[in-house]
Amino acid sequence: MSRVVIIGAGQAGASLAIKLRGLGHEGPITLIGSEEALPYQRPPLSKKYLLGEMEVERLHLRPRSFYEERRIELRPGVAVTSIDRAGKTVTLDDGTSLPYDQLALTTGAEPLRLPARLGGELPGTYTVRTLRDVDAMAPEFVEGRRVLIVGGGYIGLEAAAVAASRGLQVTLVEMAERILQRVAAPETSTYFRELHRGHGVDIREGVGVASLAGEGRVATAALSDGTTLATDFVVVGVGVRPATGLAEAAGLAIENGIRVDAHGRTTDPSIFAAGDCTSFPYRGQRVRLESVPNAIDQAEAAAASMLGSGKDYEARPWFWSDQYDVKLQIAGLNAGYDRTVVRPGARAGALSVWYYRGSELLAVDAMNDPRSYMTGKRWIEGGFSPPPAVVGDPQCDLKTLAAPGSPGAVPATPRGG
Amino acid sequence: MPRITYIEHDGTEHTVEVGNGLSVMEGARDNDIPGIEADCGGACACATCHVYVDPSWIGKIPAKDDAEADMLDFAAAPTSGASRLACQIRVGDHLDGLIVRMPETQG
Ligand SMILES: Cc1cc2nc3c(=O)[nH]c(=O)nc-3n(C[C@H](O)[C@H](O)[C@H](O)COP(=O)(O)OP(=O)(O)OC[C@H]3O[C@@H](n4cnc5c(N)ncnc54)[C@H](O)[C@@H]3O)c2cc1C
Ligand code: FES
Repeated sequence: MSRVVIIGAGQAGASLAIKLRGLGHEGPITLIGSEEALPYQRPPLSKKYLLGEMEVERLHLRPRSFYEERRIELRPGVAVTSIDRAGKTVTLDDGTSLPYDQLALTTGAEPLRLPARLGGELPGTYTVRTLRDVDAMAPEFVEGRRVLIVGGGYIGLEAAAVAASRGLQVTLVEMAERILQRVAAPETSTYFRELHRGHGVDIREGVGVASLAGEGRVATAALSDGTTLATDFVVVGVGVRPATGLAEAAGLAIENGIRVDAHGRTTDPSIFAAGDCTSFPYRGQRVRLESVPNAIDQAEAAAASMLGSGKDYEARPWFWSDQYDVKLQIAGLNAGYDRTVVRPGARAGALSVWYYRGSELLAVDAMNDPRSYMTGKRWIEGGFSPPPAVVGDPQCDLKTLAAPGSPGAVPATPRGG
Repeated sequence: MPRITYIEHDGTEHTVEVGNGLSVMEGARDNDIPGIEADCGGACACATCHVYVDPSWIGKIPAKDDAEADMLDFAAAPTSGASRLACQIRVGDHLDGLIVRMPETQG
Protein backbone atom coordinates (compact mmCIF):
# COMPACT_ATOMS: atom_id res chain seq x y z
CA MET A 1 0.00 0.00 0.00
CA SER A 2 1.44 3.27 -1.08
CA ARG A 3 2.26 5.78 1.62
CA VAL A 4 1.34 9.38 0.76
CA VAL A 5 2.85 12.43 2.41
CA ILE A 6 1.36 15.86 1.68
CA ILE A 7 3.34 19.00 2.47
CA GLY A 8 1.12 22.02 3.14
CA ALA A 9 -2.22 21.68 4.92
CA GLY A 10 -4.12 24.47 3.19
CA GLN A 11 -6.93 24.35 0.67
CA ALA A 12 -5.09 22.21 -1.88
CA GLY A 13 -3.49 19.87 0.67
CA ALA A 14 -6.77 19.14 2.43
CA SER A 15 -8.66 18.68 -0.84
CA LEU A 16 -6.01 16.29 -2.08
CA ALA A 17 -6.08 14.18 1.09
CA ILE A 18 -9.89 14.04 1.15
CA LYS A 19 -10.05 13.11 -2.53
CA LEU A 20 -7.47 10.33 -2.15
CA ARG A 21 -9.67 8.71 0.49
CA GLY A 22 -12.79 9.40 -1.51
CA LEU A 23 -11.28 7.58 -4.49
CA GLY A 24 -10.49 4.57 -2.34
CA HIS A 25 -6.83 4.98 -1.45
CA GLU A 26 -6.30 2.85 1.64
CA GLY A 27 -2.66 3.49 2.48
CA PRO A 28 -1.44 5.98 5.07
CA ILE A 29 -1.95 9.69 4.37
CA THR A 30 -0.02 12.28 6.37
CA LEU A 31 -0.88 15.96 5.96
CA ILE A 32 1.90 18.18 7.29
CA GLY A 33 1.29 21.90 7.75
CA SER A 34 3.38 24.63 9.28
CA GLU A 35 0.31 26.48 10.56
CA GLU A 36 -1.22 25.45 13.90
CA ALA A 37 -4.86 25.62 12.81
CA LEU A 38 -6.94 22.87 11.23
CA PRO A 39 -6.98 23.35 7.45
CA TYR A 40 -9.11 26.42 6.78
CA GLN A 41 -10.40 28.65 4.03
CA ARG A 42 -8.60 31.94 3.48
CA PRO A 43 -11.15 34.06 1.57
CA PRO A 44 -13.11 35.15 4.67
CA LEU A 45 -9.85 36.36 6.28
CA SER A 46 -10.09 39.64 4.36
CA LYS A 47 -13.89 39.63 4.33
CA LYS A 48 -16.40 38.39 6.92
CA TYR A 49 -13.87 37.11 9.43
CA LEU A 50 -12.01 40.43 9.57
CA LEU A 51 -15.37 42.20 9.81
CA GLY A 52 -16.10 40.07 12.86
CA GLU A 53 -19.09 38.41 11.22
CA MET A 54 -17.75 34.86 11.10
CA GLU A 55 -16.47 32.61 13.86
CA VAL A 56 -13.15 30.80 13.50
CA GLU A 57 -14.75 27.32 13.56
CA ARG A 58 -16.59 28.16 10.37
CA LEU A 59 -13.31 28.80 8.60
CA HIS A 60 -12.28 25.18 9.06
CA LEU A 61 -12.68 23.16 5.90
CA ARG A 62 -13.71 20.10 7.95
CA PRO A 63 -14.06 19.34 11.67
CA ARG A 64 -11.17 17.47 13.32
CA SER A 65 -13.22 14.28 13.64
CA PHE A 66 -13.55 14.15 9.88
CA TYR A 67 -9.82 13.56 9.45
CA GLU A 68 -9.68 11.06 12.30
CA GLU A 69 -12.53 9.02 10.87
CA ARG A 70 -10.78 8.86 7.50
CA ARG A 71 -7.36 8.08 8.94
CA ILE A 72 -5.86 11.26 7.53
CA GLU A 73 -3.04 12.00 9.93
CA LEU A 74 -2.72 15.73 10.58
CA ARG A 75 0.63 17.14 11.64
CA PRO A 76 -0.13 20.79 12.40
CA GLY A 77 2.56 23.24 13.43
CA VAL A 78 5.31 21.25 11.71
CA ALA A 79 7.29 22.37 8.67
CA VAL A 80 9.12 20.19 6.19
CA THR A 81 12.70 21.39 5.83
CA SER A 82 13.98 19.14 3.06
CA ILE A 83 13.09 16.39 0.64
CA ASP A 84 15.42 13.47 -0.06
CA ARG A 85 14.21 12.24 -3.43
CA ALA A 86 16.65 9.36 -3.68
CA GLY A 87 15.81 8.01 -0.23
CA LYS A 88 12.11 9.04 -0.53
CA THR A 89 11.96 10.73 2.84
CA VAL A 90 11.13 14.21 4.08
CA THR A 91 12.78 15.89 7.06
CA LEU A 92 10.68 17.89 9.51
CA ASP A 93 11.68 20.87 11.62
CA ASP A 94 11.19 18.79 14.78
CA GLY A 95 14.19 16.77 13.68
CA THR A 96 12.29 13.64 12.63
CA SER A 97 11.90 12.29 9.14
CA LEU A 98 9.13 10.50 7.32
CA PRO A 99 9.22 8.02 4.43
CA TYR A 100 6.91 8.32 1.42
CA ASP A 101 6.04 6.39 -1.69
CA GLN A 102 4.28 9.37 -3.24
CA LEU A 103 4.71 12.97 -2.20
CA ALA A 104 2.46 15.98 -2.85
CA LEU A 105 3.57 19.61 -2.56
CA THR A 106 0.73 21.98 -1.70
CA THR A 107 2.80 24.71 -0.11
CA GLY A 108 0.76 27.66 -1.39
CA ALA A 109 2.21 31.13 -1.61
CA GLU A 110 3.95 33.62 0.64
CA PRO A 111 2.96 37.27 0.86
CA LEU A 112 5.46 39.81 -0.39
CA ARG A 113 6.57 42.35 2.22
CA LEU A 114 8.19 45.72 2.14
CA PRO A 115 11.89 45.21 2.84
CA ALA A 116 13.02 45.59 6.46
CA ARG A 117 15.43 48.38 5.52
CA LEU A 118 12.41 50.40 4.35
CA GLY A 119 10.58 49.80 7.61
CA GLY A 120 8.56 46.84 6.30
CA GLU A 121 9.03 44.90 9.55
CA LEU A 122 8.15 47.64 12.00
CA PRO A 123 5.47 46.60 14.50
CA GLY A 124 2.09 47.78 13.25
CA THR A 125 2.81 46.53 9.72
CA TYR A 126 0.80 43.51 8.61
CA THR A 127 0.46 41.10 5.71
CA VAL A 128 -2.79 39.24 5.00
CA ARG A 129 -2.21 35.56 4.38
CA THR A 130 -2.81 33.50 7.49
CA LEU A 131 -5.30 33.33 10.32
CA ARG A 132 -2.46 34.45 12.57
CA ASP A 133 -1.82 37.51 10.42
CA VAL A 134 -5.46 38.49 10.62
CA ASP A 135 -5.87 37.75 14.32
CA ALA A 136 -2.83 39.94 14.91
CA MET A 137 -4.19 42.89 12.96
CA ALA A 138 -7.85 42.64 13.98
CA PRO A 139 -7.45 44.64 17.25
CA GLU A 140 -6.09 47.56 15.17
CA PHE A 141 -9.43 47.90 13.38
CA VAL A 142 -10.96 50.44 15.76
CA GLU A 143 -13.28 53.21 14.62
CA GLY A 144 -11.55 56.51 13.97
CA ARG A 145 -8.03 55.12 13.58
CA ARG A 146 -5.94 55.68 10.47
CA VAL A 147 -4.83 52.81 8.28
CA LEU A 148 -2.58 52.88 5.25
CA ILE A 149 -3.21 50.08 2.81
CA VAL A 150 -0.39 49.36 0.39
CA GLY A 151 -1.56 47.72 -2.82
CA GLY A 152 -4.78 47.99 -4.79
CA GLY A 153 -5.28 44.33 -5.68
CA TYR A 154 -8.19 42.28 -4.36
CA ILE A 155 -6.69 41.71 -0.92
CA GLY A 156 -5.87 45.39 -0.40
CA LEU A 157 -9.27 46.48 -1.63
CA GLU A 158 -11.07 43.97 0.56
CA ALA A 159 -9.09 45.11 3.59
CA ALA A 160 -9.93 48.72 2.69
CA ALA A 161 -13.63 47.84 2.50
CA VAL A 162 -13.55 46.20 5.92
CA ALA A 163 -11.66 49.14 7.43
CA ALA A 164 -13.99 51.74 5.91
CA SER A 165 -17.06 49.76 6.98
CA ARG A 166 -15.74 49.77 10.52
CA GLY A 167 -15.29 53.52 10.52
CA LEU A 168 -11.53 53.79 10.10
CA GLN A 169 -9.85 56.53 8.05
CA VAL A 170 -8.49 54.65 5.09
CA THR A 171 -5.78 55.63 2.63
CA LEU A 172 -4.90 53.16 -0.10
CA VAL A 173 -1.86 53.62 -2.31
CA GLU A 174 -1.29 51.74 -5.54
CA MET A 175 2.02 52.04 -7.31
CA ALA A 176 0.60 51.20 -10.74
CA GLU A 177 -1.39 53.71 -12.72
CA ARG A 178 -4.64 52.23 -11.50
CA ILE A 179 -5.98 49.77 -8.94
CA LEU A 180 -6.46 46.19 -10.19
CA GLN A 181 -4.17 46.98 -13.13
CA ARG A 182 -2.60 43.53 -13.14
CA VAL A 183 -5.87 41.65 -13.14
CA ALA A 184 -8.64 43.71 -14.70
CA ALA A 185 -9.63 46.18 -17.40
CA PRO A 186 -9.86 49.94 -16.72
CA GLU A 187 -13.68 49.72 -16.57
CA THR A 188 -13.50 47.33 -13.62
CA SER A 189 -10.88 49.49 -11.91
CA THR A 190 -13.16 52.51 -12.34
CA TYR A 191 -16.11 50.68 -10.84
CA PHE A 192 -14.14 49.80 -7.71
CA ARG A 193 -12.43 53.18 -7.46
CA GLU A 194 -15.82 54.87 -7.39
CA LEU A 195 -17.20 52.34 -4.95
CA HIS A 196 -14.36 52.93 -2.48
CA ARG A 197 -14.37 56.71 -2.89
CA GLY A 198 -18.10 56.64 -2.18
CA HIS A 199 -17.22 55.00 1.15
CA GLY A 200 -14.65 57.66 1.97
CA VAL A 201 -11.50 55.75 1.08
CA ASP A 202 -8.66 58.00 -0.10
CA ILE A 203 -7.33 56.09 -3.11
CA ARG A 204 -4.04 57.32 -4.55
CA GLU A 205 -2.95 55.65 -7.78
CA GLY A 206 0.51 55.90 -9.29
CA VAL A 207 1.83 56.32 -5.76
CA GLY A 208 4.05 53.85 -3.94
CA VAL A 209 5.56 53.66 -0.48
CA ALA A 210 9.18 54.81 -0.36
CA SER A 211 9.64 53.89 3.30
CA LEU A 212 7.90 53.46 6.64
CA ALA A 213 9.20 54.94 9.86
CA GLY A 214 8.39 55.22 13.55
CA GLU A 215 9.88 54.83 17.03
CA GLY A 216 9.34 51.18 17.92
CA ARG A 217 6.22 51.13 15.80
CA VAL A 218 5.16 52.41 12.40
CA ALA A 219 3.91 56.02 12.53
CA THR A 220 4.57 57.59 9.16
CA ALA A 221 4.90 56.61 5.54
CA ALA A 222 7.03 58.45 3.02
CA LEU A 223 5.26 58.15 -0.32
CA SER A 224 6.85 58.16 -3.78
CA ASP A 225 5.14 61.47 -4.64
CA GLY A 226 7.18 63.18 -1.94
CA THR A 227 4.40 63.47 0.63
CA THR A 228 4.47 62.00 4.14
CA LEU A 229 1.45 60.38 5.68
CA ALA A 230 0.80 59.82 9.38
CA THR A 231 -0.81 56.46 10.12
CA ASP A 232 -1.70 54.20 13.03
CA PHE A 233 -0.98 50.96 11.17
CA VAL A 234 -0.20 49.58 7.74
CA VAL A 235 -1.64 46.65 5.80
CA VAL A 236 0.51 45.39 2.95
CA GLY A 237 -1.23 43.62 0.07
CA VAL A 238 1.32 43.74 -2.71
CA GLY A 239 1.03 40.20 -3.99
CA VAL A 240 2.52 36.80 -3.27
CA ARG A 241 5.29 34.58 -4.48
CA PRO A 242 4.73 30.85 -4.91
CA ALA A 243 6.29 28.80 -2.10
CA THR A 244 8.79 26.88 -4.21
CA GLY A 245 11.82 26.82 -1.89
CA LEU A 246 11.56 23.14 -0.89
CA ALA A 247 10.92 22.00 -4.44
CA GLU A 248 13.77 24.07 -5.78
CA ALA A 249 16.21 22.74 -3.18
CA ALA A 250 15.13 19.22 -4.15
CA GLY A 251 16.00 19.94 -7.76
CA LEU A 252 12.47 19.98 -9.20
CA ALA A 253 11.84 22.22 -12.21
CA ILE A 254 10.48 25.67 -11.33
CA GLU A 255 8.79 27.93 -13.84
CA ASN A 256 6.75 30.68 -12.18
CA GLY A 257 5.84 28.08 -9.57
CA ILE A 258 6.55 24.37 -9.33
CA ARG A 259 6.25 23.11 -12.87
CA VAL A 260 3.60 20.38 -13.18
CA ASP A 261 2.07 18.66 -16.17
CA ALA A 262 -1.64 18.23 -16.85
CA HIS A 263 -1.63 15.36 -14.34
CA GLY A 264 -0.22 17.48 -11.54
CA ARG A 265 3.10 15.65 -11.77
CA THR A 266 6.37 17.50 -11.17
CA THR A 267 9.60 16.54 -12.92
CA ASP A 268 9.90 13.66 -10.40
CA PRO A 269 7.28 10.99 -11.19
CA SER A 270 6.72 10.28 -7.47
CA ILE A 271 6.12 13.91 -6.61
CA PHE A 272 2.92 15.81 -7.39
CA ALA A 273 1.95 19.39 -6.69
CA ALA A 274 -1.21 21.54 -6.74
CA GLY A 275 -2.57 24.95 -5.84
CA ASP A 276 -0.97 28.38 -5.61
CA CYS A 277 2.57 26.95 -5.67
CA THR A 278 2.28 25.48 -9.18
CA SER A 279 2.24 26.49 -12.81
CA PHE A 280 0.39 24.22 -15.21
CA PRO A 281 -0.73 24.01 -18.84
CA TYR A 282 -3.95 25.85 -19.73
CA ARG A 283 -5.16 26.26 -23.31
CA GLY A 284 -1.73 26.31 -24.82
CA GLN A 285 -0.16 28.57 -22.18
CA ARG A 286 1.45 27.90 -18.80
CA VAL A 287 -0.40 29.66 -15.98
CA ARG A 288 -0.32 29.97 -12.21
CA LEU A 289 -3.60 30.74 -10.47
CA GLU A 290 -4.18 32.03 -6.96
CA SER A 291 -7.70 30.90 -6.26
CA VAL A 292 -9.69 28.49 -4.14
CA PRO A 293 -11.52 26.84 -7.06
CA ASN A 294 -8.22 26.06 -8.76
CA ALA A 295 -6.66 24.78 -5.54
CA ILE A 296 -9.58 22.37 -5.09
CA ASP A 297 -9.92 21.18 -8.67
CA GLN A 298 -6.21 20.85 -9.35
CA ALA A 299 -5.66 18.99 -6.07
CA GLU A 300 -8.50 16.60 -6.86
CA ALA A 301 -7.10 15.97 -10.31
CA ALA A 302 -3.65 15.34 -8.82
CA ALA A 303 -5.18 12.88 -6.33
CA ALA A 304 -6.75 10.96 -9.20
CA SER A 305 -3.44 10.93 -11.07
CA MET A 306 -1.64 9.62 -8.01
CA LEU A 307 -4.00 6.68 -8.08
CA GLY A 308 -3.33 6.07 -11.75
CA SER A 309 -6.02 8.02 -13.63
CA GLY A 310 -4.64 9.38 -16.87
CA LYS A 311 -7.11 12.25 -17.10
CA ASP A 312 -5.84 15.74 -17.87
CA TYR A 313 -6.69 18.59 -15.56
CA GLU A 314 -8.68 21.18 -17.44
CA ALA A 315 -8.91 24.32 -15.36
CA ARG A 316 -12.17 26.24 -15.41
CA PRO A 317 -10.90 29.45 -13.84
CA TRP A 318 -13.17 31.59 -11.75
CA PHE A 319 -12.80 33.87 -8.75
CA TRP A 320 -14.79 36.16 -6.52
CA SER A 321 -14.29 39.14 -4.23
CA ASP A 322 -16.60 40.85 -1.73
CA GLN A 323 -16.30 44.57 -1.04
CA TYR A 324 -19.04 46.41 0.89
CA ASP A 325 -22.30 45.18 -0.63
CA VAL A 326 -20.71 44.39 -3.98
CA LYS A 327 -19.94 40.88 -5.04
CA LEU A 328 -17.51 40.56 -7.92
CA GLN A 329 -17.50 37.26 -9.78
CA ILE A 330 -15.01 36.52 -12.54
CA ALA A 331 -15.18 33.68 -15.03
CA GLY A 332 -12.34 32.78 -17.40
CA LEU A 333 -8.89 34.34 -17.73
CA ASN A 334 -8.56 37.68 -19.48
CA ALA A 335 -4.85 37.36 -20.38
CA GLY A 336 -4.33 38.50 -23.97
CA TYR A 337 -7.60 40.40 -24.40
CA ASP A 338 -7.72 43.14 -27.01
CA ARG A 339 -11.10 44.69 -26.29
CA THR A 340 -13.79 44.88 -23.69
CA VAL A 341 -17.55 45.31 -23.79
CA VAL A 342 -19.46 46.80 -20.89
CA ARG A 343 -22.97 45.66 -20.12
CA PRO A 344 -25.19 47.33 -17.52
CA GLY A 345 -27.00 44.75 -15.41
CA ALA A 346 -30.69 44.48 -14.62
CA ARG A 347 -30.39 45.67 -11.02
CA ALA A 348 -29.07 49.02 -9.77
CA GLY A 349 -25.27 49.02 -9.53
CA ALA A 350 -24.96 45.85 -11.58
CA LEU A 351 -22.36 45.89 -14.34
CA SER A 352 -20.36 43.36 -16.30
CA VAL A 353 -17.16 43.73 -18.30
CA TRP A 354 -16.60 41.17 -21.06
CA TYR A 355 -13.11 40.45 -22.37
CA TYR A 356 -12.55 39.44 -25.99
CA ARG A 357 -9.55 38.54 -28.09
CA GLY A 358 -10.80 39.16 -31.61
CA SER A 359 -14.18 37.44 -31.62
CA GLU A 360 -13.27 34.99 -28.85
CA LEU A 361 -14.81 35.56 -25.43
CA LEU A 362 -12.09 35.08 -22.79
CA ALA A 363 -13.51 36.26 -19.48
CA VAL A 364 -16.16 38.29 -17.71
CA ASP A 365 -16.04 40.44 -14.56
CA ALA A 366 -19.54 40.65 -13.08
CA MET A 367 -20.24 43.21 -10.36
CA ASN A 368 -23.45 42.47 -8.46
CA ASP A 369 -24.55 40.71 -11.60
CA PRO A 370 -24.72 36.94 -10.99
CA ARG A 371 -26.71 36.49 -14.20
CA SER A 372 -23.83 37.72 -16.33
CA TYR A 373 -21.38 35.66 -14.32
CA MET A 374 -23.37 32.44 -14.54
CA THR A 375 -24.05 32.88 -18.25
CA GLY A 376 -20.51 33.97 -19.09
CA LYS A 377 -19.00 31.08 -17.19
CA ARG A 378 -21.08 28.57 -19.09
CA TRP A 379 -20.27 30.19 -22.43
CA ILE A 380 -16.54 30.37 -21.77
CA GLU A 381 -16.35 26.78 -20.60
CA GLY A 382 -18.44 25.65 -23.55
CA GLY A 383 -16.42 27.64 -26.08
CA PHE A 384 -19.34 29.94 -27.04
CA SER A 385 -18.42 33.44 -28.12
CA PRO A 386 -21.48 35.63 -28.74
CA PRO A 387 -20.72 38.72 -30.83
CA PRO A 388 -19.49 41.59 -28.64
CA ALA A 389 -22.13 43.98 -29.98
CA VAL A 390 -24.89 41.63 -28.89
CA VAL A 391 -23.46 41.13 -25.40
CA GLY A 392 -23.09 44.88 -25.02
CA ASP A 393 -26.74 45.51 -25.87
CA PRO A 394 -28.64 45.61 -22.56
CA GLN A 395 -31.89 44.96 -24.44
CA CYS A 396 -30.59 41.52 -25.38
CA ASP A 397 -31.69 38.96 -22.82
CA LEU A 398 -28.72 36.79 -21.78
CA LYS A 399 -30.98 33.78 -21.48
CA THR A 400 -32.26 33.90 -25.02
CA LEU A 401 -28.83 34.81 -26.38
CA ALA A 402 -27.53 31.28 -26.21
CA ALA A 403 -30.77 29.73 -27.45
CA PRO A 404 -30.71 28.13 -30.90
CA GLY A 405 -31.51 30.59 -33.66
CA SER A 406 -30.72 33.66 -31.55
CA PRO A 407 -28.00 36.10 -32.57
CA GLY A 408 -25.73 34.81 -29.82
CA ALA A 409 -26.06 31.18 -30.76
CA VAL A 410 -22.61 30.67 -32.18
CA PRO A 411 -21.86 26.97 -32.31
CA ALA A 412 -19.26 25.72 -29.88
CA THR A 413 -15.88 25.35 -31.46
CA PRO A 414 -13.30 22.99 -30.03
CA ARG A 415 -10.45 24.79 -28.32
CA GLY A 416 -6.80 24.08 -28.61
CA GLY A 417 -4.55 23.88 -25.59
CA MET B 1 -29.59 19.46 17.41
CA PRO B 2 -31.85 19.78 14.36
CA ARG B 3 -31.90 16.74 12.09
CA ILE B 4 -31.68 17.27 8.36
CA THR B 5 -32.24 14.70 5.64
CA TYR B 6 -30.22 15.03 2.47
CA ILE B 7 -31.30 12.88 -0.47
CA GLU B 8 -28.81 12.26 -3.25
CA HIS B 9 -29.96 12.28 -6.84
CA ASP B 10 -29.88 8.47 -6.91
CA GLY B 11 -32.19 8.36 -3.88
CA THR B 12 -29.57 7.61 -1.20
CA GLU B 13 -30.72 9.27 2.03
CA HIS B 14 -28.52 10.72 4.76
CA THR B 15 -30.09 11.98 7.97
CA VAL B 16 -27.63 13.88 10.16
CA GLU B 17 -27.61 16.32 13.05
CA VAL B 18 -26.48 19.80 12.15
CA GLY B 19 -25.54 22.39 14.75
CA ASN B 20 -27.63 25.54 15.16
CA GLY B 21 -26.11 28.45 13.29
CA LEU B 22 -24.38 26.34 10.66
CA SER B 23 -25.69 26.38 7.13
CA VAL B 24 -27.39 23.48 5.38
CA MET B 25 -24.31 23.38 3.12
CA GLU B 26 -21.94 23.09 6.11
CA GLY B 27 -24.06 20.24 7.47
CA ALA B 28 -23.53 18.29 4.25
CA ARG B 29 -19.85 19.16 4.03
CA ASP B 30 -19.00 18.21 7.60
CA ASN B 31 -20.76 14.88 7.16
CA ASP B 32 -19.16 14.18 3.79
CA ILE B 33 -22.50 13.90 2.02
CA PRO B 34 -21.94 13.75 -1.75
CA GLY B 35 -23.78 15.99 -4.21
CA ILE B 36 -22.92 19.38 -2.75
CA GLU B 37 -19.60 20.86 -3.83
CA ALA B 38 -19.64 24.31 -2.21
CA ASP B 39 -16.47 25.54 -3.89
CA CYS B 40 -16.74 29.07 -2.52
CA GLY B 41 -17.19 27.88 1.05
CA GLY B 42 -20.54 29.61 1.50
CA ALA B 43 -19.92 33.01 -0.06
CA CYS B 44 -22.97 32.80 -2.36
CA ALA B 45 -20.52 33.00 -5.26
CA CYS B 46 -20.42 29.57 -6.91
CA ALA B 47 -23.92 28.02 -6.97
CA THR B 48 -22.42 24.55 -6.46
CA CYS B 49 -24.47 24.02 -3.30
CA HIS B 50 -27.80 23.95 -5.13
CA VAL B 51 -30.54 21.87 -3.45
CA TYR B 52 -34.26 21.34 -3.91
CA VAL B 53 -36.15 21.95 -0.70
CA ASP B 54 -38.91 19.40 -0.06
CA PRO B 55 -42.29 20.94 -1.00
CA SER B 56 -43.54 20.68 2.58
CA TRP B 57 -40.71 22.97 3.72
CA ILE B 58 -40.70 25.65 1.06
CA GLY B 59 -42.74 28.23 2.96
CA LYS B 60 -40.93 27.62 6.27
CA ILE B 61 -37.49 28.84 5.21
CA PRO B 62 -36.63 32.56 5.07
CA ALA B 63 -36.90 33.82 1.50
CA LYS B 64 -33.88 34.14 -0.77
CA ASP B 65 -32.35 37.51 -1.56
CA ASP B 66 -31.84 38.89 -5.07
CA ALA B 67 -28.29 37.57 -5.46
CA GLU B 68 -29.29 34.04 -4.52
CA ALA B 69 -32.33 34.21 -6.79
CA ASP B 70 -30.23 35.35 -9.75
CA MET B 71 -27.61 32.65 -9.18
CA LEU B 72 -30.28 29.98 -9.02
CA ASP B 73 -32.11 31.29 -12.03
CA PHE B 74 -29.01 30.52 -14.08
CA ALA B 75 -27.86 27.35 -12.26
CA ALA B 76 -28.13 23.89 -13.81
CA ALA B 77 -31.78 22.65 -13.72
CA PRO B 78 -33.35 25.18 -11.34
CA THR B 79 -36.91 24.76 -10.10
CA SER B 80 -38.56 27.96 -9.00
CA GLY B 81 -39.76 27.73 -5.42
CA ALA B 82 -37.84 24.58 -4.48
CA SER B 83 -34.35 25.59 -5.61
CA ARG B 84 -32.09 27.11 -2.95
CA LEU B 85 -28.40 27.60 -2.29
CA ALA B 86 -27.72 25.44 0.74
CA CYS B 87 -25.09 27.85 2.06
CA GLN B 88 -27.71 30.55 2.41
CA ILE B 89 -30.02 28.52 4.67
CA ARG B 90 -29.08 28.88 8.34
CA VAL B 91 -29.97 25.92 10.52
CA GLY B 92 -32.05 26.42 13.64
CA ASP B 93 -34.60 24.46 15.65
CA HIS B 94 -37.29 25.64 13.24
CA LEU B 95 -35.63 23.49 10.56
CA ASP B 96 -35.63 20.24 12.55
CA GLY B 97 -36.75 17.57 10.08
CA LEU B 98 -35.87 19.55 6.95
CA ILE B 99 -35.56 17.49 3.77
CA VAL B 100 -33.48 18.63 0.80
CA ARG B 101 -32.64 16.84 -2.45
CA MET B 102 -29.53 17.26 -4.52
CA PRO B 103 -29.62 17.87 -8.27
CA GLU B 104 -28.01 15.47 -10.74
CA THR B 105 -25.09 17.86 -11.24
CA GLN B 106 -23.83 21.08 -9.71
CA GLY B 107 -23.18 22.44 -13.22
C1 LIG C 1 -6.91 37.09 2.51
C2 LIG C 1 -7.12 36.21 1.33
C3 LIG C 1 -8.32 36.28 0.62
C4 LIG C 1 -8.55 35.46 -0.48
N1 LIG C 1 -9.75 35.54 -1.13
C5 LIG C 1 -10.02 34.69 -2.14
C6 LIG C 1 -11.30 34.68 -2.79
O1 LIG C 1 -12.18 35.46 -2.48
N2 LIG C 1 -11.52 33.76 -3.76
C7 LIG C 1 -10.56 32.86 -4.14
O2 LIG C 1 -10.82 32.05 -5.02
N3 LIG C 1 -9.34 32.85 -3.56
C8 LIG C 1 -9.05 33.74 -2.58
N4 LIG C 1 -7.80 33.73 -1.99
C9 LIG C 1 -6.77 32.82 -2.50
C10 LIG C 1 -6.90 31.43 -1.92
O3 LIG C 1 -7.06 31.48 -0.54
C11 LIG C 1 -5.69 30.61 -2.29
O4 LIG C 1 -5.63 30.53 -3.70
C12 LIG C 1 -5.75 29.20 -1.71
O5 LIG C 1 -5.71 29.24 -0.32
C13 LIG C 1 -4.63 28.35 -2.26
O6 LIG C 1 -4.56 27.12 -1.61
P1 LIG C 1 -3.18 26.35 -1.43
O7 LIG C 1 -3.50 25.11 -0.68
O8 LIG C 1 -2.51 26.27 -2.73
O9 LIG C 1 -2.28 27.29 -0.53
P2 LIG C 1 -2.50 27.73 0.99
O10 LIG C 1 -3.93 27.79 1.32
O11 LIG C 1 -1.67 28.94 1.16
O12 LIG C 1 -1.87 26.54 1.83
C14 LIG C 1 -0.49 26.25 1.84
C15 LIG C 1 -0.10 25.76 3.22
O13 LIG C 1 1.15 25.12 3.15
C16 LIG C 1 1.88 25.41 4.30
N5 LIG C 1 3.31 25.18 4.03
C17 LIG C 1 4.10 25.85 3.15
N6 LIG C 1 5.36 25.33 3.18
C18 LIG C 1 5.36 24.34 4.09
C19 LIG C 1 6.36 23.44 4.57
N7 LIG C 1 7.60 23.47 4.11
N8 LIG C 1 6.03 22.55 5.53
C20 LIG C 1 4.75 22.50 5.99
N9 LIG C 1 3.77 23.32 5.57
C21 LIG C 1 4.07 24.23 4.63
C22 LIG C 1 1.53 26.85 4.57
O14 LIG C 1 1.79 27.19 5.90
C23 LIG C 1 0.05 26.87 4.23
O15 LIG C 1 -0.73 26.59 5.35
C24 LIG C 1 -7.55 34.56 -0.89
C25 LIG C 1 -6.33 34.50 -0.20
C26 LIG C 1 -6.11 35.31 0.90
C27 LIG C 1 -4.81 35.23 1.63
S1 FES D 1 -21.23 27.35 -1.37
FE1 FES D 1 -20.85 28.62 -3.07
S2 FES D 1 -22.82 29.47 -3.42
FE2 FES D 1 -23.16 28.18 -1.74
